[in-house]
Amino acid sequence: MSGASGTNPSGGGPGAPQPQITISGTGALVPLLGVAGITIAAVLGFIETQPPYVPNEGVMAAVPHSPSEFPAVFAHDEALDGLDAGIPDGGLVPTAMPPFSDGVFPCMDCHGEPDQPPNPLRRKLEDAHTKIVLKHDEEHRWCLDCHDLKDRDQLKLASGELVPFTESYKLCGQCHGPQYRDWKVGIHGKRTGYWNGTKRYLLCVNCHWPHDPHFAPLKPLPPPVRPQYLRAEHRPGPEVKVKSEGHAAKPEGSVEARAAESKDATKDVKKEEAGHGK
Amino acid sequence: MASEHAGAAFPHDPNGGPDEAENASRREFMVQLGLAASAVLAGCTPEQREEFLRKQFKELTPEEITERVAHLKEDVKRKWDKDATISAKPALPGVVFGYGLDLSRCIGCRRCEYACVKENNQSRDPQLHWIRVLEMEKEKGIDLEGANPYYDPATVPDPDHFYVPVACQQCENSPCARVCPVGATYKEPDGIVVIDYDWCIGCRSCMAACPYGARHFNWATPSIPKDELNTNMHVLGNRPRPKGVVEKCTWCVQRTREGRYPACVEICPVGARKFGNLNDPTSEISRILKDKRVFVLKSELRTKPKFFYFYGL
Repeated sequence: MSGASGTNPSGGGPGAPQPQITISGTGALVPLLGVAGITIAAVLGFIETQPPYVPNEGVMAAVPHSPSEFPAVFAHDEALDGLDAGIPDGGLVPTAMPPFSDGVFPCMDCHGEPDQPPNPLRRKLEDAHTKIVLKHDEEHRWCLDCHDLKDRDQLKLASGELVPFTESYKLCGQCHGPQYRDWKVGIHGKRTGYWNGTKRYLLCVNCHWPHDPHFAPLKPLPPPVRPQYLRAEHRPGPEVKVKSEGHAAKPEGSVEARAAESKDATKDVKKEEAGHGK
Repeated sequence: MASEHAGAAFPHDPNGGPDEAENASRREFMVQLGLAASAVLAGCTPEQREEFLRKQFKELTPEEITERVAHLKEDVKRKWDKDATISAKPALPGVVFGYGLDLSRCIGCRRCEYACVKENNQSRDPQLHWIRVLEMEKEKGIDLEGANPYYDPATVPDPDHFYVPVACQQCENSPCARVCPVGATYKEPDGIVVIDYDWCIGCRSCMAACPYGARHFNWATPSIPKDELNTNMHVLGNRPRPKGVVEKCTWCVQRTREGRYPACVEICPVGARKFGNLNDPTSEISRILKDKRVFVLKSELRTKPKFFYFYGL
């Protein structure tokens, strides 16, 4: 299937003009009922003409990390237009360049200089790339196991074959076979775009920094409010709401507190039963 | 016709008699009632008449759907002063949606919960979240009773816990649709359980029936800030809901029927959420069902959810 556009072809047009029925004639025939009708109509009319609804603007603004931090998710991804769906059989995946630090790519801008002869000796880097601390099987590997000695703009597979950075998944897949297999069919890793059309594939390195691939911990967005505080105006300050810290927080009346109570009750019943048994 | 009948019933009473008078007054009452009803309806705007005499969404003709959509648009325009695109697109032929969530990846960051709120125009005050991320202890495994949706550590994931986001499981055998006394909630051909928000009477039977806590009631008129209103809407999906109706996840019907992924899939920073067509053997969800260890919540209830949890590792 081709990529559907984000627009809505079936969104309805303006409604057909409605016949306007006036109330005057009916009211003259049956005065009392006419008056009643007018009254009800007036009430309905009042509902219709009451001032426009003013939403509570401040609530979301007060929440840190609101989704407005990531508006791109909701935007139409133009880069997807025209791309083919799925993975071509050759294993080539349409991906963008990995997220390089500013100014490092192309690498040969520096490494190609005559005063920068390639040095194949394993060593600690002291002049450049000092921020990179390898935490990725560092006992057994160093830079030139993945980067090519001569062509720094490409990566090197175990076979010696060079691959561009946009195909770095081949390099990762040499060791991480199950993940590579799952990634190719969309099970591992993130896909965005169209479930029945063009998808945006991310490279492994879009999520995992190759020199230290574990995810860094993340601050969670705020927890939902408890049922008794659904209304902002009913919410007490945080010092009242949370009586203890961290995971152990179990304010009175909470689900956990009630669960604990019921557990205690169950224990009592069991004790009683045990007593009867004796 | 009514007067002939009255005359035939009492032919020998020259004065009409009490029965005749009673009948006459009843006739008069019925006439007045009819006139009153027409007077009330005549006094209403066409929109109010439509609202009063409306039919269920699934019974509407294409013209009536267009009309309903136009009224909804006017509603949005009046309340938020914004032009909405409201679709009524039916299910895509041959498509049954399925959803996968990789429990070995989810880190409990709640991005999906808030992306859902924004995409689906959920009320900010009173707060209403369709997705609930449950924190569970690794030692205990899946333990819904001991789960905590209110966890708030400095960072996630916590090493001793794992996270199970729960929203509507889009059951094939949906208890909610079965108990609805007015047929306002039902399963669409693509497997999404929807609510006709113009037909729901707010009895909340479905909330009692749902074993997953996936249905939520609008206790008050939902409030959505104007600048955060998502104007890309679907009649059965994220259109603004009135006070007093139940609402639920529709797998972003406004997006998925256009081929896009649901908002929670797009936002998930670890790619734990997977979505696709169960009838397509090459879809992500089909491959997950084929290759991975999959389970559904509360399978013993035989609700047959189409929301599958799996372990990708």
